[in-house]
Amino acid sequence: MTRTNDIILRTTTSLIAFILIGFSVYLFFSGHNNPGGGFIGGLMTAAAIILMNMAYGSEAMAKVLPVNFRFVVALGLAIAVLTGVGSFVFGQPFLSQTYAYFQLPILGKTELATALLFDLGVYLTVIGVTMTIILTIADDRG
Amino acid sequence: MLTSVLLPFIAALFIPLISKWKEKVHTGIFVTLIPLAVFIYFIQFIGAGFEPVTREYSWIPSMNMNILFHLDGLSLLFLLLISGIGTLVAFYSIYYLHTSEQLGQFYVFFLLFMGSMLGVVLSDNVYVLYTFWEFTSLSSFLLIGFWNHRERSRYGALKSMLITVFGGLSLLGGLIFMQVITGTASIQGMIEQQELILNHEYFPMILTFLLLGAFTKSAQFPFHIWLPDAMEAPTPVSAYLHSATMVKAGLFLIARFSPMLTGSEWFFLFVSGFGIITLCWGSYMAVRQTDLKAILAFSTISQLGMIMAMLGFGTDMAIFAAVFHILNHATFKGSLFMVAGIVDHETGTRDIRNLGGLMTFLPITATLAVIASFSMAGVPLPFLNGFYSKELFFDASIHFNEGAQGAVAIMQSILPYLAVIGSIFTFVYSMYFFFGTFRGESNMDKLPKKPHEAPIGMLVAPAVLVLGVIVIGLFPELINQPFISHAADSIKAGDIDKSISFWHGIKLPLIMSLAVLAFGTILALSRPKWQGVYRILPGKLSLNSFYDGTVKRTETYSTAITNGYMNGSLARYVRLIIGAIIIVTFSIMAITGSFTISNEDLSALTAPEIFIALTMVIAAVGTIITNNRIAAILILGVVGYGLAILFVLYRAPDLALTQLIIETVTVALFLLAFYHMPQLEKKTETKRKKSLNLTIAIGFGALMSMIGISAHSSKAFDSISDYFLKTSHSLGGGDNVVNVILVDMRGLDTVLEITVLGIAAFAIYGLVRLRRHKDEEG
Repeated sequence: MTRTNDIILRTTTSLIAFILIGFSVYLFFSGHNNPGGGFIGGLMTAAAIILMNMAYGSEAMAKVLPVNFRFVVALGLAIAVLTGVGSFVFGQPFLSQTYAYFQLPILGKTELATALLFDLGVYLTVIGVTMTIILTIADDRG
Repeated sequence: MLTSVLLPFIAALFIPLISKWKEKVHTGIFVTLIPLAVFIYFIQFIGAGFEPVTREYSWIPSMNMNILFHLDGLSLLFLLLISGIGTLVAFYSIYYLHTSEQLGQFYVFFLLFMGSMLGVVLSDNVYVLYTFWEFTSLSSFLLIGFWNHRERSRYGALKSMLITVFGGLSLLGGLIFMQVITGTASIQGMIEQQELILNHEYFPMILTFLLLGAFTKSAQFPFHIWLPDAMEAPTPVSAYLHSATMVKAGLFLIARFSPMLTGSEWFFLFVSGFGIITLCWGSYMAVRQTDLKAILAFSTISQLGMIMAMLGFGTDMAIFAAVFHILNHATFKGSLFMVAGIVDHETGTRDIRNLGGLMTFLPITATLAVIASFSMAGVPLPFLNGFYSKELFFDASIHFNEGAQGAVAIMQSILPYLAVIGSIFTFVYSMYFFFGTFRGESNMDKLPKKPHEAPIGMLVAPAVLVLGVIVIGLFPELINQPFISHAADSIKAGDIDKSISFWHGIKLPLIMSLAVLAFGTILALSRPKWQGVYRILPGKLSLNSFYDGTVKRTETYSTAITNGYMNGSLARYVRLIIGAIIIVTFSIMAITGSFTISNEDLSALTAPEIFIALTMVIAAVGTIITNNRIAAILILGVVGYGLAILFVLYRAPDLALTQLIIETVTVALFLLAFYHMPQLEKKTETKRKKSLNLTIAIGFGALMSMIGISAHSSKAFDSISDYFLKTSHSLGGGDNVVNVILVDMRGLDTVLEITVLGIAAFAIYGLVRLRRHKDEEG
């Protein structure tokens, strides 16, 4: 099958994809105080990957991003559950969250919440789920 | 006492081990010892100075269920019958069953049955009684179907199971009623509160349930049909279960409860009525049979009917006669079954049309048979016990308490005639059984085997029983005073002279007996001439065809009903489900009057909201009426994006963002799915279906709207969201309350939701990637 020369799509994609990823990371980190969070962030990152997939094809993407997204799902679920289990170490009930303010080198006074770790689990799960579904259906030759 | 009941059960556990060396030692030898031990244990209770014994063993005290044993004269009679005939049958089966049979199974079932029968007659607690009662049904099912490779055996086993379990469940209902009314689970305790039960409004139901239980178990008309089919069981089983023990469980039940129930005239009408019908019908049908065991089966039915009728009379004389006949019937019927088994064993057939003239080949068997069958017929000879109890039966049927009114009086006046008619046929089939088998011409060519006398071991058991017939016949007082009279006293303590003697002088009962003898002889001799009557009654209208029809119809109707609503159409199931929701919810709303509308607490509408809502409505309608699938999906997208805008308007940014993306993905996936869909034929539905769908849809929409309005209008208490708003920052460290709720306050929901997502992803992966193609399978 011959492909049409979609140079415009590819060029814009290489630009837009990074903006999308940046935006998704922003959504993810700002989720605690502004609209956003792991779920939307994950969906947005997945959108960026799908866009690249559409522009470059899944074979090229498999080289650039050699990730098995089914492991990402498992990883995300593991992180989410482990943050919950972690509260046992401090003698707290399952899924107790806490937060504190830290003085970090570049960012200055920053709030670090354990909820963010939990959100990371959500984020990874959502990416994994979305990519697994889309790639499974897209690569299906049955 | 508990040990004696548990002994057969415990022994049954070890039978499979013992039966491993059945080739060397027949398993039955060990089994015979168990009923013998029980028999010896219980025989020591016999004596003139016998007093009832009660024992209690804790089982489930909190639920009023304790193993309560009450040993009185009636129980003792049955216990000795069960263990005594059990010993003989076990001994007989050693010679009857070859070691190539599944002996282990047989004896396990046999011992289970014996133990549960002992339990039935000893129990005083109704629940324990019921437990053992069902155990007898179960073990008899296993025994009847012992040769389960035969179709007739399976049919007979299933039939007896269905009928006796039906009765057993009725019995349970009656027992529960009585326990609830009296507050005690003890039978003796219930009998003490007789007035309470007799005058209770539930009494008709109690009586019906108890009688159903007893009638099905004791094969009374019209539930007798299982007994002839149960003859497919091995002959020792028929001799034990279907002549001496299980079929008498119903009689036992009636006898046990009759001190309580005789106060009701319905008890008399039903028990005596059905008993006498069973007597006549069973004896009438017995003459028709051609199979030896079938003759005996109908004979058992009719004899049980006779005992049942006597229990229904309720007079002192009748109770005494009934108890006496229970013992007599067990002796002669058990031996007759064993005789039939010997004939079957030695000639290879049980068909009376092929048998005849066996007297010269089987002299001992013939001697046993003649005594037992003449005793069954009630021939007036001083050494036959059957005559005594038949005489007492006639005596009881003409002596009732005077002054009865209405139906009871009519019944009392016709009973003696029916008793005589039933006895005439009893005489006829007894003669038919004996002369048809042992006299007349012998036709050796038709017999599968050349007959010769049975081994001695096989003859021992029937000989012992026939010896019992003669001993009771010669010396009735020997067992009367220490034994039978106690049993009668425990049912009804009367002050009549309970003596049995052969010669009463020329009185009405003797005349009736002589009439039976005369008419019976005439009918027996002229039997071939009037055999044709059986082609008229019962022809097709027999109860068996009714039973078969019922079973068949139950199956066809239930199949038809199931096929009627489960036609595999998902659309129909959805219609049924939603329709049910509409009807149930609307009815509840109407009954409780819970629909409310309140205008308080409503916010003002704005123009953008109205605009978006209208757009969504138009798009929703468009989705329904469009014929193009792709268009429908895209228009559906409008609804989704409209919702996202509504979220924006209602200040839910997280929801709006998520809704936008999810809507996009959903529409994309929909398009993907429909793009690959095969071009199916467009299905046009009928107008009726369409309008039905429309009605259901509108109804459900209206229902949901009403629920929404009601829910909004009746807020019972304030929402807890203030708490979240206040504590979001201080507790969760975030200002995005939605996110704090999702990850912190109610994080568990989120964990499970992402798990759902993960499962969905893996499911899709599995569905698409791991499928097996048809051609790969081959």
